[in-house]
Amino acid sequence: MSQYLITQFLNGLVLGSLYVLLSIGLSAIFGMLGIINFAHGALYMLGAYAAYTVVGVLSGNFLIAILVVPLAIGLIGALLETTLLRRLYRVVPLYNLLLTFGLMLAIQDAVRIGYGPEGEPFNIPSALLGAVNLGFTYYPKYRLFIFAITVLASIGLILFLEKTKLGSIIRAGTEDSDMVDALGIDIGKIFTLVFGIGAALAGLAGVLAAPVQNVAPAMGMSFLVDTFVVVVIGGMGSIIGSIIAGLIIGETLTIGVLIWPPMATTLIYVFMAIILLIRPRGLFGREKFHE
Amino acid sequence: MLEIKDIHTYYGESYILQGVSLELQKGELVTLLGRNGAGKTTTIKTIMGFLIPRPGAIHFKGREITGLRPHQIARMGMGFVPEDRRIFSSLTVLENLNLPVVGGGSDGWSLDKIFEHFSILEERIRHKGSELSGGEQQMLAIARILRSGAELLLLDEPTEGLAPFLIRTIEGIMKEIKKSGMTVLLVEQNIHFATEVADRHYILYGGKIAYHETNQEFKGNEEVKRKFLGI
Repeated sequence: MSQYLITQFLNGLVLGSLYVLLSIGLSAIFGMLGIINFAHGALYMLGAYAAYTVVGVLSGNFLIAILVVPLAIGLIGALLETTLLRRLYRVVPLYNLLLTFGLMLAIQDAVRIGYGPEGEPFNIPSALLGAVNLGFTYYPKYRLFIFAITVLASIGLILFLEKTKLGSIIRAGTEDSDMVDALGIDIGKIFTLVFGIGAALAGLAGVLAAPVQNVAPAMGMSFLVDTFVVVVIGGMGSIIGSIIAGLIIGETLTIGVLIWPPMATTLIYVFMAIILLIRPRGLFGREKFHE
Repeated sequence: MLEIKDIHTYYGESYILQGVSLELQKGELVTLLGRNGAGKTTTIKTIMGFLIPRPGAIHFKGREITGLRPHQIARMGMGFVPEDRRIFSSLTVLENLNLPVVGGGSDGWSLDKIFEHFSILEERIRHKGSELSGGEQQMLAIARILRSGAELLLLDEPTEGLAPFLIRTIEGIMKEIKKSGMTVLLVEQNIHFATEVADRHYILYGGKIAYHETNQEFKGNEEVKRKFLGI
C-alpha cells in the first residue's frame, strides 16, 4: 500500500508539472498584460499536435520536437499578440476575454479540420520507455522525464528573470508597465516577449503531455480550467506561486482519486475557495495587485 | 526646450486641461503650482505622452512630440519622476538604477556620481525597492532618472510627505541639477521649497494658467498666493 501511495505521489508531481508549465505562462500574461488568456489551452493542444506532426508524420526525433515545438508555439503566440491582442489593451477586459475565447475556438476547429476530431496515437519515445528503479519503487522513465524537464525549465526561467537585465525589465513591467515605458523602454516589445514565452511554455507542456494524454482537439479545454485554479491559488503574476500551486493541485487530484474519485475534482475548487477566503490574492500574490 | 501650446486634455469624461500654454528655456527651473485638482499632474502626464491632448501641441527640443509614446519621448531626453515615486519594489536599488535607457544625446550620471550625491543609496544597493523608506524611495526615483541622461526633468511633488531634513537634501540636489544645465519643470505644493529653487512660476487654476511670473515677483505677491493657492 505504501508503495502504491508513493507511486501516486510521484504521479501527482508529474501531473502537477504540466500545470506548472501552463500556469506560469497564464499567470505571467495576466500579471503583465492584464489579459485572461483563454487561448492558452489551445496553444498547449497545438504543442501536442505539433509534436505529433514532427514525430508521427515526419518521423522526426522526439528531442527535436522538444526543442523546436516550443519555439514555434512561442512565435505563434508573439504573432497573436502583435496582430490581435495588442489592439485591445486599453479597452474593457471583456473584449480581451471574447478575443481569446474566440481564438481558442478557432484554433481548436482549425486542428479539427486539419487532423480530424478523433485524436491521434502518440507513443512514448523508445529511448524513454521502461521503468527506473528508484530504490523504493519502480517508476516509468518517461514520467520522470516530464518532471525533470519541468524542473529545468522552471530553474532556467527563474534565473533568467532574476539574473539578467531583460529579466529585471520584465519584473518591473509586471509591477508598473507605464513607468517602464517612461524610462525609455518600449513596453510593447516586452509584452510580445512575455506572451511569446508563455505560449512557448504551453507548447512545451503540450509536447511533454502528448505521449501520456490523449492528443485530441479538445485536450486543452479541460486542462485550462484546472490551470486557472492553479493561477488563482498561486497568486496572479507569481512564478513561485504557479510552481507551488501547480504541484499542490497535481497532488490533490491524484491523491484525491485514491480516497474517493468523484471528490477529487471538487476538492481543488474547495481548496481554491478556502484560499480565496483566507488570502484573496493567492499564496504568493502581491498586495493590491488586480484586487 | 519645451513649448506647450494651448493643450486641452480629458481624463476619461472629465475636461481637465482647458487650454494650457507654457514654455521652458534651456537650463531653467520652472514650477507649476496650484491647488489639488488644478491639473498639475495631468499636465505632466500629457507632456510625458501618457495622455494625448485634443487639441494642442507640445514641442520638445524643437520637435513636435504630441502623440508619441512615452518611451519615444523618454529617449529624446525627457525624464519623469512621478508623484508616488513608482519605484519597482521587487527590484533591487541597483536594478532600479540600471533600468533607464540612456538617451537624448547626453550621458547619464555614472553610478559613482549618483552615490556621491545620494550616499544613502550606496548603502542600500542590494536592498529591494520595497525595503526602502519613503525618503529613500524619493532619492532613488530622482537618481534613477539622472542615470538616463535626461535633459528635461518633469518632477511631480518630490517633497511630498518628506521630513524637513530630507527636503533640504532634495533642495541641494535640485541646485546641483540646475548647475549641470538641466531644465526642470517642477510640480510643487510646498511654496517655500518652490521659491527656494525656482526661476519662474506658473499657477494652474481651473485647468488654465492663471498666473505666470518670475520668482522675485511671486515671492512678494501675497494676493496671488491667497487667491490661487489659498495661503
